[in-house]
Amino acid sequence: MRPAGRSAFIRKGVTASIVLFALFLVSWEWGPRLLGIPAFILPPASAVQAEFIRMVSVNHLILHTGITAGEVIAGFILGSLLGALFGYLLGMSPTAEFALSPYILALQIAPKVAFAPLFIMWMGFTVYPRILVAVLIVFFPVMVNVLTAIRGIDPDLVNLARSFTASRAQIFWKIEFPSSMAPLFASLRIGATLAVVGVVVGELVGGNSGLGYLLTFGEGQANTPMVFVCILMLTLIGGIAYLAVILLERRVLHYMPARPLGGL
Amino acid sequence: MIRLAFRNVTMRFPGASRGADFTAIDDVTFSIADGEVVALIGPSGCGKSTLLNIGAGLYPPSAGEAFVDGERVAGPNRHVAFMLQKDLLLPWRTIAQNVALGVEIQGRPRAECTRRALELLRGFNLADFSAHYPHQLSGGMRQRVALARTLAVDPSVLLLDEPFSAVDAQTRISLQHELAQTLKSARKTALLITHDLLEAIILSDRVLVMSARPGRIVDEIPIEIGYRDDPLRRRQDARIAGYMARLMEQLEIARPVTLAQAALQPT
Repeated sequence: MRPAGRSAFIRKGVTASIVLFALFLVSWEWGPRLLGIPAFILPPASAVQAEFIRMVSVNHLILHTGITAGEVIAGFILGSLLGALFGYLLGMSPTAEFALSPYILALQIAPKVAFAPLFIMWMGFTVYPRILVAVLIVFFPVMVNVLTAIRGIDPDLVNLARSFTASRAQIFWKIEFPSSMAPLFASLRIGATLAVVGVVVGELVGGNSGLGYLLTFGEGQANTPMVFVCILMLTLIGGIAYLAVILLERRVLHYMPARPLGGL
Repeated sequence: MIRLAFRNVTMRFPGASRGADFTAIDDVTFSIADGEVVALIGPSGCGKSTLLNIGAGLYPPSAGEAFVDGERVAGPNRHVAFMLQKDLLLPWRTIAQNVALGVEIQGRPRAECTRRALELLRGFNLADFSAHYPHQLSGGMRQRVALARTLAVDPSVLLLDEPFSAVDAQTRISLQHELAQTLKSARKTALLITHDLLEAIILSDRVLVMSARPGRIVDEIPIEIGYRDDPLRRRQDARIAGYMARLMEQLEIARPVTLAQAALQPT
């Protein structure tokens, strides 16, 4: 696309986006009233906004959001690092992959969120079981993507490096590791959103901190706007994590042919 | 002086079931002298690429030995460098960094790697593209970069496996010309694998013909046209037709029915 054509395309897109958002807010605010839906089922936007302000001063909303965000970041980073590490190790050793594959498969099939009560029994009502659920849930997509990337490398590429008398370490750092970057980032995007799921499930199961706790608290009080505020904040955390991954991806994969808007 | 030699090289691969091993190449012996360019031609699947992999030291032969510069090939070594049909450029490296890959792996200082890469790119008229990434270049340019990368390690023998078969016909003609000029001026020895009869004749001093599997050398044709550094001129030489006829005869291209019958017979 020509630069002029492209900027016009972006301008149109942004305008449409703003109009759509305004329409969404308007229908959220007046839609339920027009349709006769009671506020305890679907509170209007203004009620959610008022609840947000109340929660900031009364329920330490910012603190709880911070705790959840911290858990998401810790779980995401640890889970990705472990997943990538295992992906590379298994990718380089077909024997290890063969031996470990039944266990990996079993762990992958097991619903990771079901581990939350177990981890709480082990570690109590702290942030650690939640981080651990996030680690477990982020681990698999990252590991599988890295493993597949290493396996999928053109053998001729490896032979080229070998013909230049490359050592095993050189083959890894000059060919295999850079080759895995695009699939690694694809899995990190998935991981960023899954980390939020893991942390919230951990918080829902038990404890007295984090947005998951506020969520159950609001539910217990039949405070629908409170539940909405929690969901919005969780979405915000997930969105920022996803955006952070995309910004990092653009820096690392700068050599890739440009995609419009970075494939958001 | 003999640069590259194969002595009674045989390569067998394990088949799908026990005892079903098949022989890809069978008792191949030939040698290439210093500065000579030899083309190897044969039907697809006759083990041409296997021979190249053995020469590069990537795989050991089942029997026999390969020698480069008088040394027995026991693994990848600095005497040979290969180039394939695929350019194998790394998308995350700039053109200059791609050319420098080999020298970098061999542990030369970074400044020397860069200098060597830029020097070669200038020679191929690609200096302006040194900071570009591979996806920004055309197929023909990418293949020239691959050739520059092969030459960067200054090998005594170049192993070229159908290097131009993936580019369009016109680009191929100019690439062939550049290769011929480069091989002549750098006084390099090369083994060129190709399925293009004309390419084999216009680029080489000698053409070796391989049979269908198991691959054996069935004919050796010295090309006595001269001016090997000018394939454009060679293309127009009247003697080309005679060489073509002999190659077609050897490869049984003129008798497709016989080939089809042979394929139907149980082996």
